Amino acid sequence: MTDRHPPVQDFATDFDHTDGAWVADPYPIWDDLRQRCPVAHSDRYGGAWLPVTHDLVSEVAYDTEHFTSRSVVVSERRPGPEDLPAPIGVAPPISSDPPFHGVVRRMLLPAFTPKPIAALEPFTRDLCRELLATTDGRASFDAALEYAQHIPVRVIVRFLGFPQEDADQFRGFIRLVLEEVDRPPEEREERFAAVDAYMDAQIEDHLARPRDDLTSFLLEAEIGGQKLPVEHVRGTMALLMVAGIDTTWSAIGASLWHLAQHPEDRRRLAAEPDLMGTALEELLRAYAPVTMARLVATDFDFHGHPFKEGDWLLLPFPAANRDPAAFENPGQVQLDRATNRHAAFGLGRHRCLGSNLARMELRVALEEWLARYPDFELSDPAAVTWSAGQVRGPRRLPVTILGRGA
Amino acid sequence: MTHTIFRVHVDPDKCQGHNRCYSVSPDLFELDDLGMSSEAGTGLVPAGLVSLARLAVANCPEHAISLTEVKS
Repeated sequence: MTDRHPPVQDFATDFDHTDGAWVADPYPIWDDLRQRCPVAHSDRYGGAWLPVTHDLVSEVAYDTEHFTSRSVVVSERRPGPEDLPAPIGVAPPISSDPPFHGVVRRMLLPAFTPKPIAALEPFTRDLCRELLATTDGRASFDAALEYAQHIPVRVIVRFLGFPQEDADQFRGFIRLVLEEVDRPPEEREERFAAVDAYMDAQIEDHLARPRDDLTSFLLEAEIGGQKLPVEHVRGTMALLMVAGIDTTWSAIGASLWHLAQHPEDRRRLAAEPDLMGTALEELLRAYAPVTMARLVATDFDFHGHPFKEGDWLLLPFPAANRDPAAFENPGQVQLDRATNRHAAFGLGRHRCLGSNLARMELRVALEEWLARYPDFELSDPAAVTWSAGQVRGPRRLPVTILGRGA
Repeated sequence: MTHTIFRVHVDPDKCQGHNRCYSVSPDLFELDDLGMSSEAGTGLVPAGLVSLARLAVANCPEHAISLTEVKS
């Protein structure tokens, strides 16, 4: 919870996704709103809406006429015309609308199909083993800070073809974009400029020495016979870092948080490796990290609510995944759930580009963890902290390894 | 003895490339260069794979997959 925002009294009329209650446990809030609204409103952030059923979340995700993706992170400041050098947007294609969106997305899709992602698996597996080796012999450590957090950042750095030793810098960059939104604008400008300078140096290096990585892929890509402008390449690199790191870190951490508290699920996963397929999807459903956002593009009536152009709309895929109208016993994690049309990676044309990458990382991270530490528990449930904002995952996750001879 | 024959089909207008069906059964589905799915071959489901075809239907977030009886 930020100091600027008073605590929420009623989430139906005054919701705030940075409120302490939401950050600690948003599920009862959504359950309550589903009964009462199911579209909540808030005057915060200059006016925002929140649908919480699977039907309504789907409807918005598929509607690119009444909603724009011009900004997908709710903040006090709305984007102005000066922010969006049309038609690219700040981070194409997540910030783009059709038809430009489709063109850019098609250009990127081949790099994220199962085959190129599978090529990153050996690196990911070695990385997980290496991280686990550093915990060797310790009874307790932080699974978020010492394990989950390092996996996606180093995989993305590898994917982009940047030096591994730069991985820590990117964690700072992501904090700047997603969390430190309250810093003075001058400070943010300065730090964004440093990131741009870093990217430019990488771009120059890759232009001079092309190689088999995503940066060279972007530099060689063409739209309508034209190479991409450098701002477009930079924007997409930044998007991949921002979208690919906090999110997957959160999914790995939340899955470990669940397994730490459910010995029967740990045992089942260890005994039935074939269960990993459905288990992965179930953990993604139950603990989907990402809530997206849209801006209302035009005044219109949305199921009796007067939506106004420029209103924010939070698009909580995690709430859709907990809707009893769409999932049987949604609050219960069933590792063998057979019917599971979860929306953890979104729905419609903005479906997460990196979903294959995220799945691979989550699967490998859990397989390697369970192979080394089949039995573990939370050291202190009260010490677990969760991120605030639109990406939800544990940021402190102290665990104690069990079954280790004293 | 007759048994029901099923055909599986992916609606290309609905598929968004989640690849859930492909991970359920790479025998029943194939992906193009963009990761968009379609039924493998004619879409006729081998008898032993009917349950996987049903699983694919039940896990497509876009409701893009249909399973229909051909003739018994």
